[in-house]
Amino acid sequence: MPCQIKTTMKQLLITTLIMFTAHLANAQVIINGTVKDNRGRIIAGASIAVKGSYDGGVSDSTSRFSFKTYEKGAQVIVVTNIGYKPVEQSVVIDKDPIEIHFALKEEVSELKAVTVTAGSFEAGDKKRAATVLSSLDVVTTGGANADISAVVKTLPGAQQVGEQEGLFVRGGAGYETKQFIDGTMVNNPFFSSVPDIAQRGRFSPFLFKGTVFSTGGYSALYGQALSSALILESVDVPERSEASASLSPIFLGAGIQKVAKDKKSSWGMRYDYTNLAAYFKVVKQTPDYFTVPEYHAADANFRIKTKKGGIVKYYTTFSANRLGLRRPNIDDPLLKNAFGLKNTNWYQNLSWRENIGNGWKMNLGLSYSTDHNEILNQIQNQQNQPATTGFAWIDSTNFNLTTRADLSQIKAVFDKRLSGISVIRFGGEYLYSYNRSQYNQYRGLLPDHFKALFSEADLYITNELAAKVGMRFEQSSIINKTNIAPRLSLAYKTGQGGQMSIAYGIFYQKPENTYLSATTRFGYTKATHYIINYIKNTTLQTFRVEAFYKKYDDLVKTYPAFDNSGSGYAKGLELYWRDKKTFRGLDYWISYSYLDTKRDYLNYPQQLQPNFAADHTTSLVLKRYVNSINTGFNFTYSYASGRPYYFMVKNGNKYDIADRGKTIDYHSLGFSMNYLASLGKAYGVFVLSVTNVFNQNQVFGYNYSHDGARKEAITPAAPRFIFLGLFLSWGVDRRQDAINNNL
Amino acid sequence: MKQILVIVSMFFIGMAAAQTKYESAMAKGLEQFKAAKTAEDMTAASSFFERIGDAEKDKWLPYYYAAYTNYITAWMNPKADKDKVAEKSNDLITKAEALEANNSELFCLRQMTATLQMIVDPMSRWQSYGTQASNAIENAIKADPKNPRSYYLKGQSLINTPEAFGGGKAVAKKLFEKAVELYKDFQPASPLHPSWGKPEAEKLLAACQ
Repeated sequence: MPCQIKTTMKQLLITTLIMFTAHLANAQVIINGTVKDNRGRIIAGASIAVKGSYDGGVSDSTSRFSFKTYEKGAQVIVVTNIGYKPVEQSVVIDKDPIEIHFALKEEVSELKAVTVTAGSFEAGDKKRAATVLSSLDVVTTGGANADISAVVKTLPGAQQVGEQEGLFVRGGAGYETKQFIDGTMVNNPFFSSVPDIAQRGRFSPFLFKGTVFSTGGYSALYGQALSSALILESVDVPERSEASASLSPIFLGAGIQKVAKDKKSSWGMRYDYTNLAAYFKVVKQTPDYFTVPEYHAADANFRIKTKKGGIVKYYTTFSANRLGLRRPNIDDPLLKNAFGLKNTNWYQNLSWRENIGNGWKMNLGLSYSTDHNEILNQIQNQQNQPATTGFAWIDSTNFNLTTRADLSQIKAVFDKRLSGISVIRFGGEYLYSYNRSQYNQYRGLLPDHFKALFSEADLYITNELAAKVGMRFEQSSIINKTNIAPRLSLAYKTGQGGQMSIAYGIFYQKPENTYLSATTRFGYTKATHYIINYIKNTTLQTFRVEAFYKKYDDLVKTYPAFDNSGSGYAKGLELYWRDKKTFRGLDYWISYSYLDTKRDYLNYPQQLQPNFAADHTTSLVLKRYVNSINTGFNFTYSYASGRPYYFMVKNGNKYDIADRGKTIDYHSLGFSMNYLASLGKAYGVFVLSVTNVFNQNQVFGYNYSHDGARKEAITPAAPRFIFLGLFLSWGVDRRQDAINNNL
Repeated sequence: MKQILVIVSMFFIGMAAAQTKYESAMAKGLEQFKAAKTAEDMTAASSFFERIGDAEKDKWLPYYYAAYTNYITAWMNPKADKDKVAEKSNDLITKAEALEANNSELFCLRQMTATLQMIVDPMSRWQSYGTQASNAIENAIKADPKNPRSYYLKGQSLINTPEAFGGGKAVAKKLFEKAVELYKDFQPASPLHPSWGKPEAEKLLAACQ
């Protein structure tokens, strides 16, 4: 026994001794060096490790690192840093210090890569850059009254046009901007036109999670808009169920949004009733409203997440509204002009986004809308009775117009992810539009089968360089013409957050129905865009400067003949600065647009600056939320230099400019405040909003009597609009509205 | 016999030393963490924990501490890019979650990183990151209703939330009380398991009085 123990002891001793000596001999070896990127720029904070051991270090602000290790022999040194591809290097560690210089390559990732931004303002949290415009921005922009278009008008490129709805972008008419919801075009995004009074958009900002306002050079996925596209992406399944109500002297509304327990699906509905009678009693309007504007709006939606990570979304809204107003007749002040309008509109949109495997994605969109108008324009005497004068220029303004505009469409887009984050996508769309009208005894019917095919590739050559190349093919049955529109943009990252982009594209649009009802022997109108932009983004600041040149060809002429012989151009420079950083708690943006544009279209005798284009437009938007009193204050100041106006008289086979001028400059200060409070179990937001706070005189143009003897300024129906409302919601955990910087 | 005892005990010490190579490294890491004076020191501690995690392959605590210490650098360095810090921490939390699913402490970290990203631009980010943070803390409470840190963190976000949105001192106070009470009985599963937050919770509770 003792002998055995002795042997064991001996063995143990030897083992222990070996262990100790090994330990002693195993002196630490220094490994040092630098970590830079492949362009030689310092990378601080990179982690360097001997693979499989605890030994390693971190690069400092001068790129150097140094650490000691006990590891010996063949080892692998691995360097990692977020946003870069890891680098491994084999080394043999002996006794001598080792010096290694690493060069890391940036990973091409969606977060870091340059984005093609020429021409577009993208909002949303995808890139985490200072978001340009969120739905919260829309409801907290002073004087915008939660109207998406009103807020978009504070961005560079859009005009301050107050006498008609629409976005007038870079010398383009309102109809040159199209709106898209989940990929499909919206036929009547605004409430029906009323002479000289701009109407609101139909859609609530809360329906959308992302907005892209493209002032030119946009993607081949969209077409039929010469100037601009407003691309809206609807919200997915909301986080929580909620019931809501809104109360105001002008409207009442209630809605519910129910989210399934597993958060995989939701449904909701809402109804709003708006009536301006009480408001018009208190605030005098220039026109005499014989039918006070009244609106019913109902909507419903459902959203279902699919198993493969896709989503099906359905949204429908129905609205009915009417109004009637009288204004003095411009040709005879003893007569009145009575205008009445009834409109019903039904819109539905069904979209399906799905991952179909192998890096393929599918986006299907279906939409249908039908819009009905009954419009009456009547000459009345002082007793508000129909009157006949015997003067053709007055009597001919009596009319009865009924219209029906239907649009059915289907759009499919497939995309496939290539290596890295490059994507190729292609698809097609088919739109069937059916427009029926009756103007007095004249009936019109304009059906159109419109087809388009498109393909586009987003190519990320490196993190620094990206290209978007697209092509679009279109065919319209009503004019029986086809076109091919190429699109190209390039973006180059110039430094941290800074990038330069250029874009080029050809855009076609078929003539408006008003002109097609005269003849369908038209071709497409055409615009060619050239854009260069520089943008510098940090988390809380955005600076953007953009210059553009746009060439218009084949614009519609109505005189001397209905054809495509019009032409024009627009060029300009735009600046945008948004800053949430410099002044604590203050979020503001400034935009400025310089525009030089002329066009020869409709009955213009030559190329003229159109009456919807101002040379200089600028906006300043301020938002300040005061935590201690739970109140947000928002101001928007807008300025536009005077716009030209013309009075044209037919003279032989052309129109002469009998009178012309420029309106006074446009100034407007809008204000709104939101006070947040809990009322019992509800979270409430009180909103007070005032447009044109200083009652500044605004002139949008002039109307002329038929002989030009009398001219009248086109002014807003009331100098200002005041809104007071309370929005309540139940069931939503709004604690995360935590608008606070002290956490 | 004496010799045998010495050798046997040495042998055991050797064994113990081998067993606790991980533990001693973790202890060393925690020392480094405690002693860290600057963001660089803290990053060094974080990298050390990350290396332990990478070498061990089956332990979640190193990644937990790597994520936690990395998160703290965002507060030590006023110029830190909070998004980048959160992204790095989230990366590490993901690694930890792969080894330890449904852990209250990891949900707490998720809440902290989401909050970190939210406060970069609260007005436009509360909807996304704010929701992430509140979902994470609810999961943390669900995973372990006795974890005092969940209540402490929830209280911390509520104390800074306007009363109009269901925040304020009164609501937060209840959570700090709950946290402080749970801290009294709280025993970490091992000396290496998370146990921080007690003095902070007490301080904030005092601030609510």
